[in-house]
Amino acid sequence: MSIQVRIPTPLRKLTGNQAVVSASGGNIKTLLESLESSYPGIKERLSDEEGNLRRFINIYVNEEDIRFQQGIQTQVKPGDDVSIVPAIAGG
Amino acid sequence: MFDFTEEQIKRYSRHILLPEVGGQGQKKLNQAKVLLVGTGGLGSPAAFYLAAAGVGTIGLIDADVVDFSNLQRQILHSTPDVGRPKVISAKEKMQALNPDVEVVTYQALINSANALDIIKDYDIVLDGSDNFPTRYLVNDACVFQGKPLVHGSIFRFDGQATTFLPEDGPCYRCLYPDPPPPGLVPSCQEAGVIGVLAGVIGVVQATEAVKLILGIGQPLKERLLIYDALDLAFRTVKTRRDPQCPVCGENPTIKELIDYEQFCSI
Repeated sequence: MSIQVRIPTPLRKLTGNQAVVSASGGNIKTLLESLESSYPGIKERLSDEEGNLRRFINIYVNEEDIRFQQGIQTQVKPGDDVSIVPAIAGG
Repeated sequence: MFDFTEEQIKRYSRHILLPEVGGQGQKKLNQAKVLLVGTGGLGSPAAFYLAAAGVGTIGLIDADVVDFSNLQRQILHSTPDVGRPKVISAKEKMQALNPDVEVVTYQALINSANALDIIKDYDIVLDGSDNFPTRYLVNDACVFQGKPLVHGSIFRFDGQATTFLPEDGPCYRCLYPDPPPPGLVPSCQEAGVIGVLAGVIGVVQATEAVKLILGIGQPLKERLLIYDALDLAFRTVKTRRDPQCPVCGENPTIKELIDYEQFCSI
């Protein structure tokens, strides 16, 4: 069983319009690398040059914001639900 | 008992019938003061329902005039309003719906010079603005003044809403510490938004305002509501107060309002 990752609409161009994609786990850092190998370009939209998550993008593992856990070192295992949620500003 | 006129008793009868509202709750609504930042996609449905509910004083701040491109979602404005200030167009519709409501208009950009002075007169602030600089500014002003802030934002087919209560849960900067730098987000012209999305999120914001005024139910605090219109799916994730938050944390570094360089974000 792989890890399901929810992709927000602005990034779905990179995933062939898929809203949910599968990735392999370990921690969020390796999960992002796994996403990058399947969907090139996605990692730089989510993290800065040092690999830190951009500060207007949140990643939730089973509803918990990883910034309040172990950041990109947060462990993820098969069956976990990972959501990528960017700040949006339209009104 | 609550000094309602015959017409008001009829107008608000469906509220008064609810045990959770009653005459007392309706009186609270009639005495409440709510500020709406933005009178566009989110502000339109929120303002319309709050006026219908009899919220006594509704402030509208928006510098824009109505454009044809607004009419696909900004339901307070009509074709003959194109070219007119949004706050004036909105005020006319709201007062036609409910003359009980006092609508206070500010045809201006909210900024560091006027925000505190405007917000201080209101009980609750609804953010329906269309750019990040305004959202951070309004957040900081609400933190400084201890005002509840009901956030709503929309983009393409996605919507988000949450309620920030002073001293009780996170603020907007706890949720998203920094705005995206200019250039990393699509421009106003490229992005687009599905019109009906504004209605869903704007009405969620109005629902939160009404509940806060009445003091009923559970506010959408410490939760971010995420709406995906394509899947017609609502989800919530947990939000937390950040002790390191630069504005509401233990050692705040932001002590006055900041005017970020304006950039196009939607």
